[in-house]
Amino acid sequence: MTTLLEVSGVTVSFDGFRAINNLSFRISDAELRAVIGPNGAGKTTFMDIVTGKTRPDAGHILWGDKGLSLIGMSEARIAQAGIGRKFQKPTVFEEQTVQENLMMALRKDRRPLAVLFFKPSRSDFTRVDDLAEQIGLQEALLRVSGELSHGQKQWLEIGMLLAQEPQLLLVDEPAAGMTPAEREKTTAILVEAAKTRAVVVVEHDMEFVRRLNCKVTVLHEGSVLAEGSLDHVTKNQDVIDVYLGR
Amino acid sequence: MKTLLLALCFALSLGHSALAQTRSVQDVLQSQRALIEESSRRTIGPAIDALVASGLPQIQKVLEIWQAKDMWQRKADGLFFTATKEADGTYRLRDFDQGADVGTAAASDLRQLKPNSGVRAMIATALVQFQLSDPDVAKRADALDSIARDPEVALLAPLRASIKGETDADILARKTRLERLMSMAYDSDVATRVAAINDMSGDLGVDFRATLNPILSVTRVVSKTRPEANIAQKLIVGSDALTRDAAYALLVAAGDAPVEITADARDATLEAHIDGGRVAGFPAAQLSTEVARDAAYDALVARDLAAPRVTQADIDASLATYRFFDVYAEPSQAVTDAAEAALAASETRVAISQAADLGLDALSLASIYFLAAIGLAITFGVMGVINMAHGEFIMMGAYTGYVVQMFVPNHTVSILISVPLAFAVTFAAGVALERLVVRWLYHRPLETLLATFGVSIALQQLAKNIFGTQARPLTSPPWLDGAWVINDVVSISYIRIAIFILALLFLALFLFIMKRTRLGLETRAVTQNPRMAASMGINPDRVNMLTFGLGSGIAGIAGVAIGLFAKVTSEMGSDYIVQSFMTVVVGGVGNIWGTLAGAAMIGGFQKGVEFLNPSNTLAAQTYMIIFIIIFIQFRPRGIIALKGRAAGD
Amino acid sequence: MNRSFIARNPSVLIFLALLALFTLVVTGLSEGFGIGFISTSFVKVLGKTLCLCLIAIAMDLIWGYTGILSLGHFAFFGLGGYMIGMWLMYERTRQIVENALSEGVLPPTPEEIETGIGNQIFGVVGSSDFPLIWAFADSFVLQLAFVVLVPGILALVFGWLAFRSRVTGVYLSILTQAMTLGLSLYLFQNASGLRGNNGLSGLQNLPGVTAPQSVVSLWFFWASALALALGYLLVAWVVSGKFGSVIRGIRDNEARVRFLGYSVETYKLAVFTLTACISGIAGALYYPQAGIINPAEVAPIASIYLAVWVAIGGRGRLYGAVIGTAFVSLVSSWFTGGQAPDVPLGFYTVKWVDWWLVLLGLSFVMVTLYAPKGIGGLIDLLKRKRKDADA
Repeated sequence: MTTLLEVSGVTVSFDGFRAINNLSFRISDAELRAVIGPNGAGKTTFMDIVTGKTRPDAGHILWGDKGLSLIGMSEARIAQAGIGRKFQKPTVFEEQTVQENLMMALRKDRRPLAVLFFKPSRSDFTRVDDLAEQIGLQEALLRVSGELSHGQKQWLEIGMLLAQEPQLLLVDEPAAGMTPAEREKTTAILVEAAKTRAVVVVEHDMEFVRRLNCKVTVLHEGSVLAEGSLDHVTKNQDVIDVYLGR
Repeated sequence: MKTLLLALCFALSLGHSALAQTRSVQDVLQSQRALIEESSRRTIGPAIDALVASGLPQIQKVLEIWQAKDMWQRKADGLFFTATKEADGTYRLRDFDQGADVGTAAASDLRQLKPNSGVRAMIATALVQFQLSDPDVAKRADALDSIARDPEVALLAPLRASIKGETDADILARKTRLERLMSMAYDSDVATRVAAINDMSGDLGVDFRATLNPILSVTRVVSKTRPEANIAQKLIVGSDALTRDAAYALLVAAGDAPVEITADARDATLEAHIDGGRVAGFPAAQLSTEVARDAAYDALVARDLAAPRVTQADIDASLATYRFFDVYAEPSQAVTDAAEAALAASETRVAISQAADLGLDALSLASIYFLAAIGLAITFGVMGVINMAHGEFIMMGAYTGYVVQMFVPNHTVSILISVPLAFAVTFAAGVALERLVVRWLYHRPLETLLATFGVSIALQQLAKNIFGTQARPLTSPPWLDGAWVINDVVSISYIRIAIFILALLFLALFLFIMKRTRLGLETRAVTQNPRMAASMGINPDRVNMLTFGLGSGIAGIAGVAIGLFAKVTSEMGSDYIVQSFMTVVVGGVGNIWGTLAGAAMIGGFQKGVEFLNPSNTLAAQTYMIIFIIIFIQFRPRGIIALKGRAAGD
Repeated sequence: MNRSFIARNPSVLIFLALLALFTLVVTGLSEGFGIGFISTSFVKVLGKTLCLCLIAIAMDLIWGYTGILSLGHFAFFGLGGYMIGMWLMYERTRQIVENALSEGVLPPTPEEIETGIGNQIFGVVGSSDFPLIWAFADSFVLQLAFVVLVPGILALVFGWLAFRSRVTGVYLSILTQAMTLGLSLYLFQNASGLRGNNGLSGLQNLPGVTAPQSVVSLWFFWASALALALGYLLVAWVVSGKFGSVIRGIRDNEARVRFLGYSVETYKLAVFTLTACISGIAGALYYPQAGIINPAEVAPIASIYLAVWVAIGGRGRLYGAVIGTAFVSLVSSWFTGGQAPDVPLGFYTVKWVDWWLVLLGLSFVMVTLYAPKGIGGLIDLLKRKRKDADA
């Protein structure tokens, strides 16, 4: 297993408030990882930094075998380099069909002229069908995605990320607002996805994390508090302090 | 010579008035009778001088009567009187000495003396010396005005003489200043003139510079040798001061070189020599280029039918034999040197003062932008609601002021009524707009923009329908008229000062409301987290409504202020709306200090560009907009940016 | 490819067919080629309306589909008009000057002609020299290229600066409005080289054409109809495929598109520039029919009216933009032209010339509040009802 993403010594502050404080983090190929932490621990800011939305004040972010620095790259370039991101709220294009959503996400030339003259081939349609099946939306392919249920939208978004064929998937609270049955399916999709790529799940819900059954990183006040299996970190006194209050 | 004489006579008249008293006015007049009767500008001088020299106290009166064409001469004995017409058509005559009635006479027995304007002007000059010492202050001031308007050598001596006895401080200062100015222009002694110039060196007064300029006036002289004169500079042909064409034109004017044949003259000659469709053998129909026409003309020259063309080489040769000089009309080099130095010093000080004046202008423009933008800073900056009808609220405020003035003629009272009334009117309009339109469109900013734009179109046209298209006056109270004059260059009108103060007041008001009142606290709470605010018992609907009303109300007051110095029209709002938005955006949304900085920057920049290119205020605005677009590249969130996640999308 | 595109979009075919029919009917009723039922000036009004529909389509592409409310597209429209206007005015003046000079005894030299044209065109702003920007005014081909290039390059530069710094939403709208204001203030100056507030005039006369206006007006009408048809096809094609998906995605959720790996700024810039070019073409066809162009045409208010038309027609659908523009601009000119009968109320007579704008402003508020999809939304509603009835 080689290192896919290495974050070292990253610091970000907003108006004097340190959202991320000397954070170091590392993830390997085909690894499933859960990131937990209380509110304001810097989970979302961490994702903002990796995906290029926020530029860190200090530190390095290196990507892939070649150790490409992600700092200063645009969001689009980082996405093209192979990092997919799922937002907390489901964000799909509600006025477009599931098929259009997925087709847009397919890993293809993203330059305007190529997109303008793009004509989907038979294999593209097959690929979209496969993805829809993977996320359980094969029946809803031609429906406008705004009509989907909350859970279906979450899956569609994950499906769109998979269509991008990223090497690293950042997923922000995928289980929020889901029914138990939907959670189970979401777990299955994520575990399946993590077989071929790295997946980082940011989550509040301990039950959900337990079901993922993976290595856990605990963030607190912008830096790593503990790392290991869920059982290991829940026994950590620092973690208990943070979660239960001092 | 005349000056000397006049001064002498004047001194005499002061010193020996007692002695002169023995003669009567009529005697003096009679002694100059021939000249007075002739009444010609060329010859009347000695007669007036003699009258003045007599030193009689009535002379001023006599001169005034003469000047006013009220002096009459009895044909029978040639005596002079003043006359008034009686009811029966005869004239009642009065003697000059005692004012005694000497009976009446028929018009046919009298001759009215009608001095022409030249003579009257000379009488007026003679009168000045009396007026300069007139007991009436206003008369003395008038006399000074008339001298300043039309200074003359002859007036210098009486002016100097009158300084000593002057009691009024203002008049004394003016007399002294005028004396200095006239000394530098007219005194016969070079040293006195130089001293006067040096005395006033660096003065900012327009009159000072106006006096120096004729001293420094030059004429351009063409000569083969260096002329014996006070030379200002030697000119180099081809420099900016003297172009090659201008230099040759001087030679031509001096008769030292032949006239260049212009294209028109050449063509006229060609046309005059067309003979059977040909000019000097060239077919006229083919003369459709400059080269062909030149060739045809040269052929005419070769046949001695036309004057030869002046070639560039000819011009060079002519120019090489001559030299060009600017020569001062003033012969004394000491005077011109001093004047040059004094003028340079003045100009430096004028430039500094102009910079200060520009700063004041920029400050007042910034205040206006700030006033126009502060209401917007509340609705747009704090609430995030874009209100394109904001400009129309400014207009409504201004029209409110206008309507109040129609009913309340006292301008001070009407302004005092207008300000709260304008606030009330636009506050109500703002609340209505918020309730009816904006409320339904929160979180859809583009739609808010469009809907409020619809309101703006409707309000503008409505105002046009009610008040018509012509500008309406909004007159400021008398105590705001005039300007605070710091020196001859720097001044600022009281209205602009008032607007500056108003802007400061609004800034304080805004800070007070936002930081110290319940409404401010609730507004900030609702802006940051409406749901949380609602759960704490704040009614977001009410807060939004009041905040929007407040922003609109301030726009109304700004409208009254802007209306006082700009015209009130239905379109005045649209003149300010883009600038106002720019002010808020450049300054940084959601921060009042940012709005202040934005207003200062935009006002300063615009005045700066206008200073560099004063003839073109339109260009200043274009440059300002380009500047803003570029500025936003570097500070997309404005001068004072709120950072962090909360401030983002 | 095109067949499948047309097949997928039957509304495009319907639109083109209606447009063709409209063109034929107008031609048949015109003074130039038909029975003379429609006056030449009304043919011009219709032709101008077609040009406005063309820019409305561009506006719909940038606003309705891409979500950028540009308040500057009339600036591009005006620039297109100025570019073709320069050629029209130059050539026409050249012919007049040449005719006048050829009366003289000597045949005119090129210099004399140039000075004569300069005096004719720029005498009104107190000059006779040609400003640098008129260097190619004698070339029809180049000025025609400028019709597309000048608005395109302005849009490219402005858009690059604006999008690069991530100015979005209302900020961008205000910035585009500022750009328009800047341009119109610039054009108002005599020093702009485009005759200041006099603008360019006499544009209805085609140089070297002796045909009467009744015929020329139809030529322009046809050209406008053709441009509208091509523009409609082009834009319908652009929005139909994956490109359309992407720009609608940008409209609905810019960040999501960005994290999918699309360079949002490049797409915005491409659409902004393309629509600016279309606007330039529309303007170049409009102003020869109007006969005159001056800086007031470019003022920010015009661009806002464009947004009003598109909003009333219903943005996000091309036929909506066309319907809204045709409807509102024709009704506007009817009301403001004084043809509408006044309404006497006894105590007050409502003059439409005065009250139309009030009505338009308020109805615009109503449309925004209660019918955000505009007239096009009504068509959707009808369609759905029929579908429900069928089912």
